[in-house]
Amino acid sequence: MKFAILVNEGPYQHQASDSAYQFAKAVLEKGHEIFRIFFYHDGVNNGTRLTVPPQDDRNIVNRWSELAKEHNLDLVVCIAAAQRRGLLDENEAKRHGKDANNIAEGFRISGLGQLIEAGIQSERLVVFGD
Amino acid sequence: MEEEVIKKFLYLNRKAPYGSIYALESLEVVLIGAAFEQDVSLAFIDDGVYQLKNNQQTSVSSGIGVKDFSKTYRALEGYDVEKLYVDKKSMQERGLTEDDLLVPVEILDEAQMAELMEQQDVILSF
Repeated sequence: MKFAILVNEGPYQHQASDSAYQFAKAVLEKGHEIFRIFFYHDGVNNGTRLTVPPQDDRNIVNRWSELAKEHNLDLVVCIAAAQRRGLLDENEAKRHGKDANNIAEGFRISGLGQLIEAGIQSERLVVFGD
Repeated sequence: MEEEVIKKFLYLNRKAPYGSIYALESLEVVLIGAAFEQDVSLAFIDDGVYQLKNNQQTSVSSGIGVKDFSKTYRALEGYDVEKLYVDKKSMQERGLTEDDLLVPVEILDEAQMAELMEQQDVILSF
């Protein structure tokens, strides 16, 4: 089956991104397909490479990047939500005259249309949020 | 759009309009999503019913100093988003009636709300 996943909460603050990750892993292990994982609201913070969690804890951001690399996943961060919260890629940083960018490997920034398209193209859109 | 698939999308709004950003960002999805010409419905349950309360005053001088986006619900008609449903019990629990709302809605009881959800292809819950 073809799945899409929506992650609406930030890492560590809320269980949603952990649950979404475990779900994504299980989906792939069962041989299903993931069309896209979309990050919205504080969920965009799953895509910052500047997090430094304690070493004895899970690294949520790296975990996403590794999963994306292994399975060629499309991890999309909502641009409007990302701008509000200070998550930028190189182009966005340049466009807004900011002195740095912080997007993690395997993530890309795009519009909300990508979420709607994921709803249309996949057989199940599973929402993880509060 | 190359695809001709039309799916039933339900935006389920569960939270108060201010105090968290869910309501505003849900509305932003609705507005962008309208361009995809899907079969869209909005439902308001729990504190989400407050999103449609009329006479919201949020300016610095008279309120909490946050942008009032409630007028956007009135503009949804122009985006062909015309199916708005409100949960009856959530309204009653909060002392609201249809006269307190800023747009026309259809009021559903729990069984009807469940049926509405059952009919959907995609439910985005905020």
